Amino acid sequence: MATILSVRDLRKTYASGFEALKGVSLDIEQGEILALLGPNGAGKTTLISTICGITGMSSGSVTVGGHDILSDFRVAREMIGLVPQEITLEPFERVWNTVRFSRGLFGKKRDDSYLEEILRKLSLWDKKDSAIKELSGGMQRRVLMAKALSHEPRVLFLDEPTAGVDVELRKDMWEVVNGLKADGVTIILTTHYIEEAEAISDRVAVISGGEILLVEDKADLMRRMGQKQLAVQLTEPIDAIPDALSDYQLEQSGDGHVLIYTYDTRADRTGITRLLNDISAAGLVLQDVQTRESSLEEIFVGLVSGEAA
Amino acid sequence: MNWRAIRAIYQFEMSRFYRTLTQSLISPVISTSLYFVVFGAAIGSRIQEVEGVSYGAFIVPGLVMLSVMTQSISSAGFGIYFPKFIGTFYELLSAPISFLEIVVGYVGAAATKALIIGVLILITSMFFVDLSIVHPIAMLAFLVLTCLSFALLGFIIGIWARSFEQLQMIPLLVVTPLVFLGGSFYSISMLPPFWQGISFFNPVVYLISGFRWSFFGTSDVPVGFSLLAIAGFTALCLGVIWWIFRTGWRLRD
Ligand SMILES: Nc1ncnc2c1ncn2[C@@H]1O[C@H](COP(=O)(O)OP(=O)(O)OP(=O)(O)O)[C@@H](O)[C@H]1O
Ligand SMILES: [Mg+2]
Repeated sequence: MATILSVRDLRKTYASGFEALKGVSLDIEQGEILALLGPNGAGKTTLISTICGITGMSSGSVTVGGHDILSDFRVAREMIGLVPQEITLEPFERVWNTVRFSRGLFGKKRDDSYLEEILRKLSLWDKKDSAIKELSGGMQRRVLMAKALSHEPRVLFLDEPTAGVDVELRKDMWEVVNGLKADGVTIILTTHYIEEAEAISDRVAVISGGEILLVEDKADLMRRMGQKQLAVQLTEPIDAIPDALSDYQLEQSGDGHVLIYTYDTRADRTGITRLLNDISAAGLVLQDVQTRESSLEEIFVGLVSGEAA
Repeated sequence: MNWRAIRAIYQFEMSRFYRTLTQSLISPVISTSLYFVVFGAAIGSRIQEVEGVSYGAFIVPGLVMLSVMTQSISSAGFGIYFPKFIGTFYELLSAPISFLEIVVGYVGAAATKALIIGVLILITSMFFVDLSIVHPIAMLAFLVLTCLSFALLGFIIGIWARSFEQLQMIPLLVVTPLVFLGGSFYSISMLPPFWQGISFFNPVVYLISGFRWSFFGTSDVPVGFSLLAIAGFTALCLGVIWWIFRTGWRLRD
């Protein structure tokens, strides 16, 4: 597949001196859905804003469809649509007017039937003559989406498209996104939610502290994220793990008081019952048992320290 | 040049104007009428003629200028400040347009609105006084140039402003006094020599004088100076805008 968006060693230092992007490189394939996953303040919005020309870059380069976003910005930007994180719309404007404005702004010829199609797809057609302020938050977010789609972009950025959107609407949104993908639109969306990335993306990029920590096929990443840990606390510490338990690849911690077993929640059998049986068969006495799921945050930490190692 | 984008911005801004058309037009008409009642009737009855023109007619050019200048500044300033304020500015920054298209779109719309209001005031004033325009083409040219140059100034103010207070500060603190002291309602030659001297540092004097010349054929300063002043002012504004465009000042983080 062809690369449609290429980011090379992108750096951004804000006027405050804060470096929000520390050399980001990323290639996005034509027609894929990439989820940009990261905690608050990771630099997701900064990355998108820089690519879209809202924020100036400090160094690096970005090309869209082979066009540099600085030297060839007209062609590059025509290809890009953006749904910003915050809802920013003129409250007194009518839906139809704002969407038509967006299309004109991007230099596209007037095409009312195309705009009608978009508004229908986003269930906004019956609201076309309403003022923005008369719409609910979820509808307003869809208006932003309609604006972004009004000029037929090839690459669409969705900065937290489902923030503050109810479950029902979230599904609708995903449906629209999938429809766009079917039309060959490349989609980059940011999210805090693993489930969201899981539901619609092809690949996942994890960003934290202004650095891309990994870009991975969704399926592979989900396998990794699906891991859970069982901590078995013993009444007496042990020096070494008994041979009978060697199959479980246990780790020891807490001065030998605790055995940690890592397992995949998606596997048919987690092996917990067998492990507990084997532990008592080995003559060890249990004091307490805990399980914990690795949170997204921990996975980030794990990724960062993994990189350092 | 992305002409479709310019048209989109222009139409969007004009639709805002049309949506509030009655408000937009009624207030200048009422205030003009008030000026005629106060200045024309009350004061004018004591001043017979200024430079061979009845006082009521004499104040018309200044009155038109006063409105046109403040309208140009406030509508261009508001036009560009509002998207920054509510956050829709992101769309302008991400569109395949340069700063030039943004300026032409917003300044063009603001100047058009001011021009409409200026013409309306002119028409209103004809109900109050007998008015003949000696150089109609020059009059129109002065009017259009003033609308454009002050819309450019308003645009700069709108980019610069970080609050609505700042947006209103310059027109209120700088422009209105300059216009009032710029011979809108009197001839500079009516002032004592010292104040006459001071007045010649006021750029608005040149504009109003030139504009008045196009009506009555007489002026405080030679028409050439007026043209030079307005050209210089426009060039200055364009220079500042070019600089803003180059540096991205107050536009991009
Ligand atoms: N205009 C700015 N000036 C200075 N620092 C900024 C500016 N905008 C963002 N930052 C900082 O840059 C970092 C990245 O911000 P960014 O908005 O890109 O994060 P994000 O990943 O989108 O977060 P969230 O998930 O909360 O939306 C943050 O530490 C933020 O404080
Ligand atoms: Mg963000």
